[in-house]
Amino acid sequence: MRIGMPARRHLSVRVIKRKSPTMGKELVTGNHAAGRTLAMAGEANRKARGCACGAYPITPQTEIIEYLRACELTKGRIVPVESEHSAMAVCMGASLAGARSFTASSSNGLSYMTENVFAAGYYRLPIVMIAVNRTLGPPWNIWVDQGDSLALRDAPWIQFYVESHQDLVDTILMAFRLAEDHRILLPTMVAMDGFVTSHTQMVVDLPDQEQVDRYLPNCDVPHRLRSDHPTTVGGLTWPSETERHRKDLQRAMERVPDVLDEAIDEFENVFDRKPHGILSAEHVEDADTIFVACNTMARTLRGVIKKRRESGERIGMIKAKMFRPFPRKAYRDLLSRAKKVGVLDRNHSPGSGGIFWQEIAASLQGHSGPLLQDYLVGLGGGDVTPEVIDEIIDDLAKRNQAGEPVWKEVAA
Amino acid sequence: MTDTVISSECTQCETLLRPGNTNCAGCGMSIGLQWLDKALAGDKTYLVIPACCGIVTAGAFPTTAYGTPTAASTFASAAAIATGISTVVDLNKDDHITTCWAGDGGTYDIGMATISAAAERNENLLYICYDNEIYGNTGGQRSSATPEGVATTTTPKGKAEIKKDMMAIMASHRIPYAATLSVAHHADFMRKLEIARRTKGFRFLLMLSPCPTGWKSEPAESVSLIDHAVRSGLFPLYEVFDGLRYRINIQPDGTPIDAYLERQRRYTNSTVEPKILQRHIESQWQYLNGMAKTFPADDERAAL
Repeated sequence: MRIGMPARRHLSVRVIKRKSPTMGKELVTGNHAAGRTLAMAGEANRKARGCACGAYPITPQTEIIEYLRACELTKGRIVPVESEHSAMAVCMGASLAGARSFTASSSNGLSYMTENVFAAGYYRLPIVMIAVNRTLGPPWNIWVDQGDSLALRDAPWIQFYVESHQDLVDTILMAFRLAEDHRILLPTMVAMDGFVTSHTQMVVDLPDQEQVDRYLPNCDVPHRLRSDHPTTVGGLTWPSETERHRKDLQRAMERVPDVLDEAIDEFENVFDRKPHGILSAEHVEDADTIFVACNTMARTLRGVIKKRRESGERIGMIKAKMFRPFPRKAYRDLLSRAKKVGVLDRNHSPGSGGIFWQEIAASLQGHSGPLLQDYLVGLGGGDVTPEVIDEIIDDLAKRNQAGEPVWKEVAA
Repeated sequence: MTDTVISSECTQCETLLRPGNTNCAGCGMSIGLQWLDKALAGDKTYLVIPACCGIVTAGAFPTTAYGTPTAASTFASAAAIATGISTVVDLNKDDHITTCWAGDGGTYDIGMATISAAAERNENLLYICYDNEIYGNTGGQRSSATPEGVATTTTPKGKAEIKKDMMAIMASHRIPYAATLSVAHHADFMRKLEIARRTKGFRFLLMLSPCPTGWKSEPAESVSLIDHAVRSGLFPLYEVFDGLRYRINIQPDGTPIDAYLERQRRYTNSTVEPKILQRHIESQWQYLNGMAKTFPADDERAAL
């Protein structure tokens, strides 16, 4: 297999040469980190049914597709299809035939793919997809906004939102463990910020193939098509069977947190570091005010919170990571003691508000909870700076009661 | 533990299409699928069937009329899902033929981009379109395969546009093999499936599939209607090798089209006159005969 070499030549992935224990760390873009990790996951299934994927470019995800197409897998093929709809269809066919499968998309590509995104979940196929968050158009806008992947919140997919390149790599690897676990068998999406993550470089501890081989067991799709046991997959069902199918999906979703814990433990064994799981709660124990944010906004928020705590404010944060299944109990336990909770939503559900806010409000319902205020911020890729977050924190401090979601405009 | 996965088990796998399926009497699919089974001559196949009558054929979970592993695909995705399957088949040297079995809606219309892309990539799969010239599953609406003049529920006064020439489109992709199939010509049907079975790459077969429900015809007359369509020249039987070399299998014998139209109530109140249709048929044959004369099929595969 040749993974990384063509991309390194053409796309200048720089290797930082350092002594142990930082050896293996590279300065790499989010897209290349994702491409490399996906390719290694595909390669890791070479002793089983291999890997096959459909791939279609869209800004800002394109480099992932280019990277994958430049890799030479021992037992794999990346099919250059004509649309996102077919990209997911090829993944479904490959998975139905028992191979490991993954793809990546963004924005309107995800919208166009939607029918097959749902189908992949309803088929219970363990496909992994990278969503590089980008604003849905028209009007056309290529910058970050989580509205594209969050529009798929009602699809039977596990969803993670990652804050950094390292978080991205680690979560992709865990996504395969989760998706392919027979207790789960659900496709899994890993969402990163368009450009902010996809096109910037960070130093990442990239795994080697031997580690990935150890971490990812052979992919075994138990209901794959096979002649010694022919079935008709996805045919007609009556309401009672359909309801059972949906309940099974729900039960599989409910098993995710426990299986994820196992995946994290095993990750620590193999890679000697511990990624975040469903969320990361920081300084919440003594906090009167807690803010919730996902992706790179959570990183910016972390810096602001740190500064504010140094000046004596009792303020904490939750980095939201797993969106589906939504860990309602975890949020309820962490937030119900606080006086005020602010949610930063880089997405907008017209006629309602921020989507994380809706989920958190649902988590707190029935409990005499905190004042919960939504902030729509950074829509269409506006730069959410520490100053913007400071202003939001000040706004929440002044509030005596929650209101409608606040549009917090930022400079272009 | 997956508690349930939508799938249907079989206990008797000796045939591709089992008796007791839900097909209408006189449906062309029933013949086509049984002949496909025989033509495969024991070769194993994975079936991919998009939304169409063909997936209703299977019946409801947990039963299935298909005795071979079958994926019910989303409407537009048959050729793309089949691409994924056949890729894994090839990676694992599985020795299966991946077969798409799709209606005209899933082929001529909503699946057009997908089939075109799979053909352009020359994916190793067999695509059979059973063309009943109508959206049969939804009760008979026009498709781009519906011939001019035909009354459907969305063209109550007869379709104004002519039928799309799917064979020409597929030939223009320069795929290894494209051919038309008639359920009234068994030997020709089986010979073409044998060529398709032996050919690697994208094979496209177009079967005119009688649909008594949609055509408003007598089920018992299905086969004779197709025979009539072939003899009158309305449905030419021919093959295209590599998209460039043509072979015509049966020349029209001068049978007038009138009785074909009269036996189907979808042509009642038709805006199309037999005389005009006859002229269309003649110009199509002029084209086909010209192609076959100028670019005749002469390779070994054609000799089968």
